[in-house]
Amino acid sequence: MSTILVATEIRQGELKSINLEVFTAAVKIAKEINLTTTALLSGKNAASLAEIPAKYGIEHTVVVEDAKLEKYSPDCYAAAIAEVARQKDAKVILMGATYTGKDLMSRAAQILDTALAQDCTAYRAEGGALRFTRPMYAGKVRAEVRVASAPVMATFRAKTFKPEENPVAAKVEKLQLNLPEPLTVLEAIETAAAGKLDVSEADLIVSGGRGMKDPNTPEGKENWANLEKLAELIGAATGCSRPVSDDGWRSHDEHIGQTGKTVSPMLYISCAMSGAIQHLAGMSSSKCIVAINKDPEAPIFKAADYGIVGDIAQVLPAMIEEVKKLKARD
Amino acid sequence: MNIAVCIKQTPDTTTRVKIADNGKSIMEEGISWIVNPYDEYAIEEALQLTEKHGGEVTIISLGPAGIEKTIREALAMGAHKAIRIHADNIPADPAVTAKALAETLKSGGYDLIFMGRQAVDDDHGQMPALISQALNLPGVSMVVKLTIEGNKGTALREIEGGHEKVSFNLPAVIGANRHLNVPRYRSLKGIMQAKKIPIEVKQAPLTAEKLLLEKMEYPPAKQSGKIFATGVEAVPEVVRLLREEAKVI
Ligand SMILES: Cc1cc2nc3c(=O)[nH]c(=O)nc-3n(C[C@H](O)[C@H](O)[C@H](O)COP(=O)(O)OP(=O)(O)OC[C@H]3O[C@@H](n4cnc5c(N)ncnc54)[C@H](O)[C@@H]3O)c2cc1C
Ligand SMILES: Cc1cc2nc3c(=O)[nH]c(=O)nc-3n(C[C@H](O)[C@H](O)[C@H](O)COP(=O)(O)OP(=O)(O)OC[C@H]3O[C@@H](n4cnc5c(N)ncnc54)[C@H](O)[C@@H]3O)c2cc1C
Repeated sequence: MSTILVATEIRQGELKSINLEVFTAAVKIAKEINLTTTALLSGKNAASLAEIPAKYGIEHTVVVEDAKLEKYSPDCYAAAIAEVARQKDAKVILMGATYTGKDLMSRAAQILDTALAQDCTAYRAEGGALRFTRPMYAGKVRAEVRVASAPVMATFRAKTFKPEENPVAAKVEKLQLNLPEPLTVLEAIETAAAGKLDVSEADLIVSGGRGMKDPNTPEGKENWANLEKLAELIGAATGCSRPVSDDGWRSHDEHIGQTGKTVSPMLYISCAMSGAIQHLAGMSSSKCIVAINKDPEAPIFKAADYGIVGDIAQVLPAMIEEVKKLKARD
Repeated sequence: MNIAVCIKQTPDTTTRVKIADNGKSIMEEGISWIVNPYDEYAIEEALQLTEKHGGEVTIISLGPAGIEKTIREALAMGAHKAIRIHADNIPADPAVTAKALAETLKSGGYDLIFMGRQAVDDDHGQMPALISQALNLPGVSMVVKLTIEGNKGTALREIEGGHEKVSFNLPAVIGANRHLNVPRYRSLKGIMQAKKIPIEVKQAPLTAEKLLLEKMEYPPAKQSGKIFATGVEAVPEVVRLLREEAKVI
């Protein structure tokens, strides 16, 4: 029987949450359009992770280990996806829309001469055909698209689905593939400070704008320290607007928006940001948005579920106190 | 160095996008068009490389005659040549654009092919990968730093929570990200010069689209500000709602 193939991304020897989210999506879609499910794990650590997909309901797991996959190269990894898709008669190929996922799936689509619906936030199955929703124009419109060739390919934005455990018996198969010579060589991976959660992977984000003030001033220092304290209390990652990272107040990897990272966490707390259209582009698909701004006319309030008009220097400490009280009762 | 930069005309990022009556595209009246912001990093990098190593930068864009104004804006940064690949419309399926661009790029003998990491209108972010794959050339997307020495290149590529350092041989395809450089302003001299550069028009057969856009909608409006209160007094209620209603903390 034909299958849905889920291509995965192994980072630091781990399958990050986004892969599990796509497993869950694949299991749901497979039921609706009557296909089996297959996960593809390739690379050095693949075999050690082979039991994981079945925990999320994926019936078959294909492991590809090859000297050419020892280090990541987009062309070789894409060739692996395309080749496994052919061998397993994949009718649908899915992957998480990380930077690497988007790149790899574009390449695999080119090899398989089909089309790719990129960075989707929903799907719909109707009469056996899949339709995907994807934000365009930085989220100002949503398009519904269909892939009119086979296989149907799509990447899903992080946090579109919640991983659901749904254990089945693992059927693991090792495949030997005939792969091309890699065209690029991965020399090194530099990761951000250990233990720091990237905004693109976070369920909760506390984010600060220019109204937080320069951290080199006493007032700014206090505000940013409070923001970090709140983030730590609720287990959130910290983010910021573009001028904040441009001025070096915060590191570039925290920059959210049209020219930075796109996030859709469960909770986005926006502190002293105006809510410019280019910033909203990166966070307006968050499930719940709290805005704190001293200006009641700030556009961010239009995007917010909960708005507090007030000075950040007072509101943040009050929030910290409230959350502490709440946690003390847990 | 012989460098190509593929650019795309996109609406200004502050454009209020309105969906056209057909429900499948946006209304183009009143839009001010710009060079896709990511493409400016691509042009800047190409210009810096030719300033250092000599050579020429060719701007390539696919689309109707109307995009020539935007091509001139790209040229005004200091590029040397331009090619417009004629298409009545910019295809909705990036794979179709990629095939046509690859056809032209193949015969150009370029050492480097630059493009933006994604276009800010459709946000596909597919082109650098598609072109590199179609031409069977090394390709690196999301590049924030690039070094070229002889026929070798090294690029720093953004990933979630870090960077990858990647090396490759030229010719290669580079997808430019923010922080690669600071794009220059167009000088008056550049703008005048750009007017004199002929834009070569090429025909390219476009293949059938396989990614079909069937419907466009506005995202549902938030029923904004469930609580919208003033001052620290509002905090306990918001925190309670985050726990009990939104169930997020
Ligand atoms: C092509 C392009 C791409 C862009 N991409 C991005 C992007 O990716 N991400 C991004 O963020 N921006 C981007 N921008 C910039 C964007 O237009 C805005 O300039 C930026 O988002 C504003 O950042 P901000 O909200 O932090 O600052 P401001 O707009 O200065 O807002 C500060 C806010 O803080 C409030 N405030 C001040 N003091 C206090 C206080 N004590 N207590 C409470 N509130 C206070 C003010 O009322 C104000 O609303 C882009 C712009 C362009 C042209
Ligand atoms: C006014 C307008 C209306 C649109 N209407 C529709 C619509 O109704 N339906 C629909 O599906 N899509 C529409 N689009 C989207 C668009 O036509 C395609 O989706 C797009 O061409 C596909 O390429 P890409 O974005 O994947 O490139 P990306 O991967 O996003 O772009 C990456 C880079 O590739 C290069 N590049 C991209 N396109 C070109 C090009 N044409 N020439 C040269 N280099 C290029 C640039 O360097 C760019 O930075 C519209 C776009 C505009 C501007």
